[in-house]
Amino acid sequence: MLSTLITGLVLGGTYALVAMGLTLQYGISRIMNLAYGETLIFAAFAAFLLFTTFGINPILGLVIILPVAFAVGYVIYGVMMQPLVTRSKKSGTLEVDSILATFGLLFVIQGVMLVAFGSNYTSYNYLNVGINVLGANIAANRLLAFALAVIIGATLFYVLTRTRWGTTIRAIAVNPNAAPLVGIDVNRTARFAFALGTMLAASGGVMISMYQTFNASMGVVFTMKALVIVIMGGLGNLMGALVAGLLLGVVETLVATYVDPGLTLAATYLIFLAVLLWKPAGLFGKAAGR
Amino acid sequence: MTVFSRRSVLRAIGLAATLLAGVGTAAVSAQDRTSVKIGYAISKTGANAGGAGITTLPNYQLWVHEVNEAGGLEMPDGSRLPIEVLEYDDRSSSEEVVRAVERLATQDQVDFILVPWGTGFNLAVAPLFDRFGYPQLAVSAVTDKAPEFVQRWKKSFWLLGGGHDYTEALSKILLDQQAAGTINGDVAVISVADGFGIDLITAARQSFADAGLNMVYDVTYPVGTTDFTPMLNEAAASGADTFVAFSYPPDTFALTQQAQVAAFNPKVLYLGVGTGFPVYQANNGDKIEGIMSLGGIDVNNEAVMDYRARHEEFIGQAPDWWGSVITYASLQMLEEAIKRHGLDREAVSAELSTGTFDTVLGETKLEDNQLRQLWFGGQWQNGNFVAVAPSDREGASAPILPKAPWPAQ
Repeated sequence: MLSTLITGLVLGGTYALVAMGLTLQYGISRIMNLAYGETLIFAAFAAFLLFTTFGINPILGLVIILPVAFAVGYVIYGVMMQPLVTRSKKSGTLEVDSILATFGLLFVIQGVMLVAFGSNYTSYNYLNVGINVLGANIAANRLLAFALAVIIGATLFYVLTRTRWGTTIRAIAVNPNAAPLVGIDVNRTARFAFALGTMLAASGGVMISMYQTFNASMGVVFTMKALVIVIMGGLGNLMGALVAGLLLGVVETLVATYVDPGLTLAATYLIFLAVLLWKPAGLFGKAAGR
Repeated sequence: MTVFSRRSVLRAIGLAATLLAGVGTAAVSAQDRTSVKIGYAISKTGANAGGAGITTLPNYQLWVHEVNEAGGLEMPDGSRLPIEVLEYDDRSSSEEVVRAVERLATQDQVDFILVPWGTGFNLAVAPLFDRFGYPQLAVSAVTDKAPEFVQRWKKSFWLLGGGHDYTEALSKILLDQQAAGTINGDVAVISVADGFGIDLITAARQSFADAGLNMVYDVTYPVGTTDFTPMLNEAAASGADTFVAFSYPPDTFALTQQAQVAAFNPKVLYLGVGTGFPVYQANNGDKIEGIMSLGGIDVNNEAVMDYRARHEEFIGQAPDWWGSVITYASLQMLEEAIKRHGLDREAVSAELSTGTFDTVLGETKLEDNQLRQLWFGGQWQNGNFVAVAPSDREGASAPILPKAPWPAQ
C-alpha cells in the first residue's frame, strides 16, 4: 500500500509540473494556450537533441533550454497575444481569441517539429535506475521530476504569496481592470507570467523526455491532461495544480493496482466530475462568480 | 468584475475541447499526368505516424526510388514507365483515410493505390479498394478474419497473418520450455485496450487455454498509459515465469525501462509492437538480449540482409524487424505482376492471387490471398532480432531461454 502511494505521488508529480505552467498562463495571463503541449514536446526534443548529439545531460540541458523557452514565451506573447489583449479591452473576448490563435500556433509548432524531427517515436535512456524509497522501487528520473515539481511549486507559491512582486501577479489575476489603479503594469506582468508558464512547460518537457517515449504529434495529450488538472485545482492556483496533479497520480495508481488498469482513465474523469460538482471553481478556486 | 465567470470558462473549455479533438495537419503533394500514377494515403501526422513512419512509408519511398533509378516500372512490352507518386496524409483519422483513397480512385484516377498503415485503416479502406477495383496488398494488418475478408473483397490480400498465428507460435515455445523444465506453466499477460491488443489477447486466451497454460494475471490498460509499475508489480507477485505484453510502441519502450527499474526478471519476456524498431535497439543496447516479440528475421538470408542494408543507406535508418520486409516484398510482388500484365488491374490482381514471385523473402506465393511464409516469433540474440518460430521453418533459430536477468545497475 505504501509503495503504491509513493508510485502514485511520483506519477502525480509529473502531472503537477506540467499543469503548473498552464495554470500560470491561463490563470494570470488569461491566455488559454492550446499549443501548451506542443511547447512541452518541443522542449523534449531539444533535450533529446542535446543529449544524443552533444552529450549534454538533460539536467544541464535545463540551463540552456529554460532561458530559451522563457524568451520564446516572451516573444510569442508580444507578437501574438498582445494585439488580442489590446483588442479585448473593448470586446472582452480574450479567451476565445486566444484559443483560436494558439490553436493555429499548435499546428505551426507541430509542423516545424514534423519537418525537423520526423514523426518517429523518440526516447533515450537517462538515469533509468531504480532507487528504493520506503520499499518502493522508483526510477531515478521520475523521482527527479517529482522533486523538481515540488521545488518549483513551493518556490512559486512562496513567491506569489509572500513577495510584493507575487502580489502584483495575483492582483492582475483577480482584477486586471483595477490593477493599473495601484500602479501595476498589467501588460508587462501578464507577459512575464506567460513567459514563466512557457518555461515551466519546457521544464516539464525535459523531465518527461527522460522517461517517456514521445513523438511530434503527442502534444495534445499533455494539453488535455494539464487542462483537467488546472480546472480541478482551480484556475490560476499553483497550489491547486500541485495538489490536483498529485491526487490524480495517486488515484490512477491505486485504481491500476487494486481495481483494474483499464479503469484509470475512467477514474480520472470520475474525480474530475466529482470535484466540479462539489466545488465548481476547482479544489482551491474561489467560489464561482467571485 | 469577475475575471472568470463560469460561463466564460465553460465556453472556453468547450471550444478548447472541440478544437483539440480535431487536431491534425493536412499535407498534399502535387501530381503530374504522365507515366504510372501510384497513390497512397498514409499517417504522416497523428497517433499512427510513429508506426507508419517505420514500417510503411520508408519502404514506399525506397521502392519508388529504386524502381525509378532503374528507369521505371517495366511493362509487358519491355518498356519502362517512371512512377509518379501521389501522397496524402490521413492524419491518423479513419474518415480522412477513406476520403483520401476515394479521392485517389475517383479524382486523381491513379493506376494503383498502396495501402495505409494499421489493421483498422486497412479494414476501413477495403470496401473502397474493392468497389473501385484496386488490388489491396494489406501488410500492417494482423487479422484472424483474413479468410472471410478474402471472400468478401476478392482483390484483398493479407500479408501479416492473424492473431492466432502469433499466439499459437508463442504458446508452442512456452510449452516446449515448460516440458524442458525451464519455466512453469503460469503466464502473466497485459494488453492495450485497442485494435492490436484486443485481437491478440483474444487469440492468446484461447491459444494458452488450448495449450494448458495458466493465465494467472490478465488485465488490459488504456492507450496512452505511461506508468506500468503497478502492473509489473502485480505480474511479479503472481509468480508467473512468463510475462507477455501485447503493447503499442510507447508502451513497449516504457515497459522495457520500468521492468529494469523494478528489477522484474521473468524468464520469458515477450513484448508487443516496437520491440523490433531500430530505436528500441539504439536506446537499450545490450539489455534487450533475450527479449521476445512478434516477427523476426532469418539473418542468414542474404536477400533480406541486403534489403536491410539498402534501406538503411537510403532512408538513413534501419527497417524494423517485423513488417518492413513484408511491406517491401509486397511492392516487389506488385512490380512483378505489373511487368507480367501491365496496368490492367483485373489481371494484376489475378496474378497476385495465383502467381509465384521472386522477392526478398525468396519464392513467394500467396495461399488463398494470404501470405503464410511468415515469422511469428522472434528474439533478440547478439544484436539481431532473429526468427525463432515457427521452429520447423528453414532458417529458424532456437530460442535462448530463460532470459538472463537485467544487468545490475
